[in-house]
Amino acid sequence: MSQPTDTVTAAGSSLVVGVRADERRPRDWLSPVRDTSAIAWRNLIGIRRVPQLMVFTLIQPVIFVLLFTYVFGGAIKGLPPGITYVDYLIPGVFVQTAVFGSIITAVGMATDLKSGIIERFRSLPMSPSAVLVGRSVSDLTRNVFVVILMGIVGFLVGFRYGSGLGKFLLGMLLVLAFGYAMSWIFAMVGIAVKDPETAQAAAFPVLAPLVFASSVFVPVSTMPGWLQAFAEHQPVSLTASAARQLMIGTPAGNDLLWACVWIVGIIAVCAPLAVRLYRRSV
Amino acid sequence: MPDAIVVEGLTKSYGDFVALRDVSFSVEAGTIFGLLGPNGAGKTTAIRILATVLKPSGGRATILGTDVVRQPHLVRFDIGLAGQFAAVDEQLTGRENLRLVGRLAQLRPKLIPARADELLERFGLSDAANKPVKAYSGGMRRRLDIASALVQRPRVLFLDEPTTGLDLQSRGALWEMIRELVRGGTTVLLTTQYLEEADQLADRIAVIDRGRMIANDTPARLKAVFGSTILELDYPDADSASRAAGILDGSQADHLEVDRATLRLRTQDSVQVLGDVLPRLEQAGLRPGQLVVRDPSMDDVFLALTGQPNPDPQSSASPDEDDYPAHEGSTT
Repeated sequence: MSQPTDTVTAAGSSLVVGVRADERRPRDWLSPVRDTSAIAWRNLIGIRRVPQLMVFTLIQPVIFVLLFTYVFGGAIKGLPPGITYVDYLIPGVFVQTAVFGSIITAVGMATDLKSGIIERFRSLPMSPSAVLVGRSVSDLTRNVFVVILMGIVGFLVGFRYGSGLGKFLLGMLLVLAFGYAMSWIFAMVGIAVKDPETAQAAAFPVLAPLVFASSVFVPVSTMPGWLQAFAEHQPVSLTASAARQLMIGTPAGNDLLWACVWIVGIIAVCAPLAVRLYRRSV
Repeated sequence: MPDAIVVEGLTKSYGDFVALRDVSFSVEAGTIFGLLGPNGAGKTTAIRILATVLKPSGGRATILGTDVVRQPHLVRFDIGLAGQFAAVDEQLTGRENLRLVGRLAQLRPKLIPARADELLERFGLSDAANKPVKAYSGGMRRRLDIASALVQRPRVLFLDEPTTGLDLQSRGALWEMIRELVRGGTTVLLTTQYLEEADQLADRIAVIDRGRMIANDTPARLKAVFGSTILELDYPDADSASRAAGILDGSQADHLEVDRATLRLRTQDSVQVLGDVLPRLEQAGLRPGQLVVRDPSMDDVFLALTGQPNPDPQSSASPDEDDYPAHEGSTT
């Protein structure tokens, strides 16, 4: 119970029982926010101290940029008129980076569940959903850094936004929002498999078709008809196409609207599901 | 003193598997209660339910009068949990770990740094305070785990096999710390596979076997049930052992049994029994090949209480055989 407790024996001993009521913060509407930021802070320290994670999410997209710009780029057909391949590619790579980054959410959740630290969190008087929300927030923060770095790489290889800084930043925001939504999907995966290696192995086969059978790297018009039907309407393509519209001004019909619908829809469905899964995952 | 923990008909099942079957006990405030049993007996399940980490399938439990199922958020202000597998963050330093727990326990921010440093000092981790936990040895992690459980000065402390894998020196230091906590007013519920540990620490011991509680008594009375010392006499063959048993029938031993070529005696007074038994065997020409005097093990307890051998022989392995790394310096 949270009633005031007087210290029982001499003050000064570290093992004296009971916290006085005035030594604790009263619970208020900000408590869940504070718990979430404590968890997010803890996750971000973890990411900073595991450089492999950063390398995995940074080096890979850089390799893709270089590979597609300089190796495959010349052979890409069907680009919108007046658009260079680098301009076409970079918004897509932002999306790809954010999508693959969500695997980290699955790995992080699974690692925590496996290590037993979640047991400690559950035994503490904190907001239970802070573990999940904190994870999604730290992965969003990480994505912000990664996308900024990718932007720098993009500018170095010749990318130029064609529609003003404001729209370019809006495009970035869209990409980050999509990555955030994907994080909730992969939070569920991580909770379900409870093992970091399995989480990573399970995520790739799901993400690979979404990222490669899409407009991320190549225009879908060059794909066979049956694949086009899928590639045009799946959320990764819609987001890439909408980001492109915002960043370089290529027409994209209603793709921006649909991308937003997907983002809101994924979060609305997956966040409550993930919280439920998490509560049951003991 | 009132009861700090009350457990009534607690049950937990996973499909067909029953991990905990109708377990009831209560723990007086300011005492140490030991749950003794082999691996898989249900000890950890019981602790996890009481620590509000796991929901029971049936029955009820209260901590300081608050129901663990209906008001877990209130229970959590009063408990500390240190698990069998050190639940600390590998990437954070020891200090960061304790501060994180302080924040999540809703302590006032200005109190947290001092509280963390105090515990680091108390658990002999000051020198390693700024090192990431992944650089810690097994014993250091265990100490940090227990320190984490104490951050919010819990009135009820759950320790799940706190000394498994610790060397003797660290174990002794931890025992002393547990006693000090109890003197300060903490109620402790601990699980252990070691009879000696339960005997040393606990005011009461409940023995759990395959989810059922098969005994709940003071250590003194429990020991009276199965004898405080075991004498084992080894013979070259089962026949000699049986004949020796025949000769000793009616001796002062509390219990006597033949296990293949070994004759086993349980007694409260080994000196007296030895003085009585050896001459009689000598006289009958049944001098044993080897004589072992030892403390009762988990196996003996189970044999005495259930008539069945310990279902999991692994669990009676001596603590020294646990594969934890590194010898630890003593805790302060």
